[in-house]
Amino acid sequence: MTDLAWIDEALTAARPQAIGALLRYFRDLDTAEEAFQEACLRALQKWPVNGPPRDPAAWLILVGRNFALDEARRKQKQDALPDDDVISDLDDAEAPLAERLDNSHYRDDVLRLLFICCHPELPATQQIALALRIVSGLSVKEIARAFLVSESAMEQRITRAKRQVSSAEVPFETPGAPERAERLTAVAAMIYLIFNEGYSASGGEVHVRVPLCEEAIRLARLLLRLFSGESEIMGLNALLLLQHARAPARLDANGAIVLLEDQDRSQWDAKLIAEGHALVDKALRLRRPGPYQVQAAIAAVHAHAKRAEDTDWAQIDQLYAVLEGLMASPVVTLNRAVAVSKVHGPAAALAMIEPLAPKLDGYFHFYGVLGALLSQLHRTEEARVAFDKAISLANTAQEAAHIRLHLDRLMKDGTAGSAKVSVS
Amino acid sequence: MLYSILCYKSEAEVCSWGRAKDEAVMARHGEVIQRLTAQGRCGPVARLLPTTTATTVRAGRKPVVLDGPFAETKEQLLGFFVVDCDTLEQAIGIASELTTETGAMEIRPVHFFAPGSPQS
Repeated sequence: MTDLAWIDEALTAARPQAIGALLRYFRDLDTAEEAFQEACLRALQKWPVNGPPRDPAAWLILVGRNFALDEARRKQKQDALPDDDVISDLDDAEAPLAERLDNSHYRDDVLRLLFICCHPELPATQQIALALRIVSGLSVKEIARAFLVSESAMEQRITRAKRQVSSAEVPFETPGAPERAERLTAVAAMIYLIFNEGYSASGGEVHVRVPLCEEAIRLARLLLRLFSGESEIMGLNALLLLQHARAPARLDANGAIVLLEDQDRSQWDAKLIAEGHALVDKALRLRRPGPYQVQAAIAAVHAHAKRAEDTDWAQIDQLYAVLEGLMASPVVTLNRAVAVSKVHGPAAALAMIEPLAPKLDGYFHFYGVLGALLSQLHRTEEARVAFDKAISLANTAQEAAHIRLHLDRLMKDGTAGSAKVSVS
Repeated sequence: MLYSILCYKSEAEVCSWGRAKDEAVMARHGEVIQRLTAQGRCGPVARLLPTTTATTVRAGRKPVVLDGPFAETKEQLLGFFVVDCDTLEQAIGIASELTTETGAMEIRPVHFFAPGSPQS
């Protein structure tokens, strides 16, 4: 079976390019997907015998295109389908096509394909589901499992989302620079959503869904290979890699959340950290700062500390100040307050987050941080109220259990002076 | 005669390896490195980070720095350096110093490095 594993990997790797190009030819998502499916079937027949083609994506595009053209002709004329050998004689055609389909074509094809999934009228979860289905090629069953819904519900959701994006007008001409930048921003945000859905699940029993994180990283790397000079795409890659590097240490053996400062840092993935650091370094050189780069730099400061107590909180505070300047948001200020509590103490941090209450009223982390700061200040009763509120807002069983732990300590010691202010 | 052995493989494939598979491959290579090092026959061994981390310095009257790997097919790999730098900027400086009239130098961060046997 290992014989077929390499084909599977090659098909998965070629998928975004191939479907992106087929979409450009046929301007119809269903036709493009069907054509790619057929090309994959032929690859499974031909590749084990002939070996892998020099450029698998080009092979799949050509075969898929021929199939779809024949289908269209057949439907028009109601003719019989020609013999298999007639339409799949590829040996001579491959090389010139591969030359025509240079990197710049692929680039806009893949970007367009990803961009279609970011339809602004689609809710975030549907954008993600669509991208995982169309671009990554995950099965409906796999996506349903990741979102903890039934297969038929997910099938319906994807079908509806697809209908919505097909009716949207997406220009198929090569985009101009401003348009390309706009698409990149939307696509980067969507990839980050996929990662976050895996990193901190929005519902259900499972707190971390590694496959979604890995898929997001795969897409981010693909995007960076195509747009290698974009500092924010470097930043996005670095951010995802540095955060994902901590995955092995984020949950304990019982599946409970382990806070950043309590994590066994020897379990962090050194290779991902090295890659993240290299990308932060590369992006900073370009002096075009952006939110992903700054967040990646913050993650890099954490990764740099061999022990939690070595963390350079003053630098993290400064980086959050830069981030506030780039994209002011109450959540950014909340995160900055965690750094401020380490540098200037809990009172300063509390003063910073108290005005955020109206805006973050429904936000689990707000009440978690609030409770921890209050308990450090020995305001036990208020801390208990904040922790209670956090539990009621918890998105996963682990989040609730984690806060309950704080509460127990608070009740037992009278003060939970040890309650930690941190995010996992 | 000293030989260099250069490793080529689909990066997308290697990047999607799980930790177990990655460690198994590294362990198998590690055995070879250990055996040859003990025999005094192993020079430096390096594993590079993915091409997304690469920077290329293209030669010219004034060298041009490009973000991304070396992507031309009309030039061939002729040799390599391993240098220790605090920043990418330093590495770019050294690469620029090394360029001749044409060609390019690709800079890739090294993730794993084994210095090999002491040279006689």
